[in-house]
Amino acid sequence: MIDHRSSAVASMDSLHPGERILLESPAVNSCIGLIVKFLEWFGDLGIFFWRVVCAAVTPPFEFRELFRQLDEIGSMSLPLVALAGAAIGVVLALQTRHSLSRFGAESLLPAAIVFSIIHEIGPIITGLVVSGRVGAGIGAELASMKVTEQVDAIEASAVNPYRLLAAPRILACILMLPLLTLAADLCGLVMGWVAQALAEPLSLHQFVRSGFKGTGFNDFLPPTFKTMVFGLIIGLVSCFQGMRTQGGAAGVGRAATSSVVLSSLMLIIADVVLVKIIIIFFP
Amino acid sequence: MNTIEQIAVEQTKAEKDGSAPVIAVEGLHKSFGSQKVLNGVSLRVTRGETLAVLGRSGTGKSVLLRIVIGLEKPDSGSVRIHGQDIAGMALDEIGEIRKKMGFLFQQGALYDSLTVEQNVAFPLRHHKKTMSKSEQDERVRALLVEVGMEGHFEKMPSDISGGMQKRVGLARALALEPDVLLLDEPTAGLDPISAAEIDELVLKLQAEHHMASIVVTHDLHSAKTIADRLALLNDGNIAIEGNFQELQESDIEFVREFLRHS
Repeated sequence: MIDHRSSAVASMDSLHPGERILLESPAVNSCIGLIVKFLEWFGDLGIFFWRVVCAAVTPPFEFRELFRQLDEIGSMSLPLVALAGAAIGVVLALQTRHSLSRFGAESLLPAAIVFSIIHEIGPIITGLVVSGRVGAGIGAELASMKVTEQVDAIEASAVNPYRLLAAPRILACILMLPLLTLAADLCGLVMGWVAQALAEPLSLHQFVRSGFKGTGFNDFLPPTFKTMVFGLIIGLVSCFQGMRTQGGAAGVGRAATSSVVLSSLMLIIADVVLVKIIIIFFP
Repeated sequence: MNTIEQIAVEQTKAEKDGSAPVIAVEGLHKSFGSQKVLNGVSLRVTRGETLAVLGRSGTGKSVLLRIVIGLEKPDSGSVRIHGQDIAGMALDEIGEIRKKMGFLFQQGALYDSLTVEQNVAFPLRHHKKTMSKSEQDERVRALLVEVGMEGHFEKMPSDISGGMQKRVGLARALALEPDVLLLDEPTAGLDPISAAEIDELVLKLQAEHHMASIVVTHDLHSAKTIADRLALLNDGNIAIEGNFQELQESDIEFVREFLRHS
């Protein structure tokens, strides 16, 4: 690793004493150290992604493994995602009703719920829930394979571990996130209606008509498909953290935790960027 | 026949009559950080020969084996398998050579989500597309019977003992009929009876398949039983290489110390 700090120190003689004190302080040095470490990690992640892409586009293709992962990541996450969507729908309805009633604008409630869930709440909740369940699962599974030399055994058997292990998981995450988001949206909207209807009689038909007035495919498709980027982040980060693990059981635990933490963080940051892009391209 | 095919045919002929080595390691250097693990190691193994690499724990014996199969890259030096230098090869390129190599890991490294039968079938399912599934299954059963694992086909790796896991690992290593067999501490952690059984199994397999084999071990008794030649690794160098008698007659201090304590 290039020691940026020592090369920086070498040019410090030309600095003002106050500037020198600042650059020599442990706090600043540890910040620089952290930034360098993050950049190294990000660079290694990029190399890993490139290897996975190269392996995924060349035969032989691991279709059986892909279908297994679609089931594991998609079908198995459905109950949790649906439950999270439903809960968020109820909470959103109750909170929004409380706020809107101050302005006498309860009639806007269905539109507010539909708009919030489809544009943002559904995608982000799905992303975070899946990042927790799937991210930790992939991170721990691949980490424990790494520390027991199973990944080396796969490579020694002349099978590309990027093709067999990483590519199917990442592709499954990319394909399943939009479908899971749909499920979360549906449960959120239905339960939002239920919470609304319990406070004030409102048929589902009225709720849907009022809520979806003025919405089009441009409101629905971009936020749903942005979850493919979330899936890429979750799959890529957890496979990367899992396959580079060292250090036995403690290493497996660290891999699982870091998979969830890093993929959640990157997902939230990506969401900020994607929302801006969607607003620009789909006004 | 073009030049590349001609070279391959000549190499195969030379290996069969023992004039060319199947495995040729020249001048290997490998460091991990500031620790120099291999300091110019050179070895040759011909067809049908078993070379035992001995040394103290943590002296780079396993690293040497991992470099031979390409799981680690050396800092410098060459590793030639069937005359081809694998040191600079890409993953898919080296895959072609690995199909002719079998590796037994120290802990077996069986895939814990697959049964014993599925573990041994793994290389066949991925590489022998011309064999039908029933032919592959037949071969798997034959291999498991050969290593003494009859009746355990449906068990999971966590349900069998360490010695049995090594047997299954050996069967898996032999699935593609390799020319090269690499064994990383095959008797480590086994009781003396199980260790002797593994030694007998390795001898039997070698007599049938005539592979070029490197066994890394710290068990001198096992090495004496199965190996044609022994090499002693010390401080990253081969201190001595030869048969057991040559080791016994050696004046080198480390060799005498090693033999005294074995």
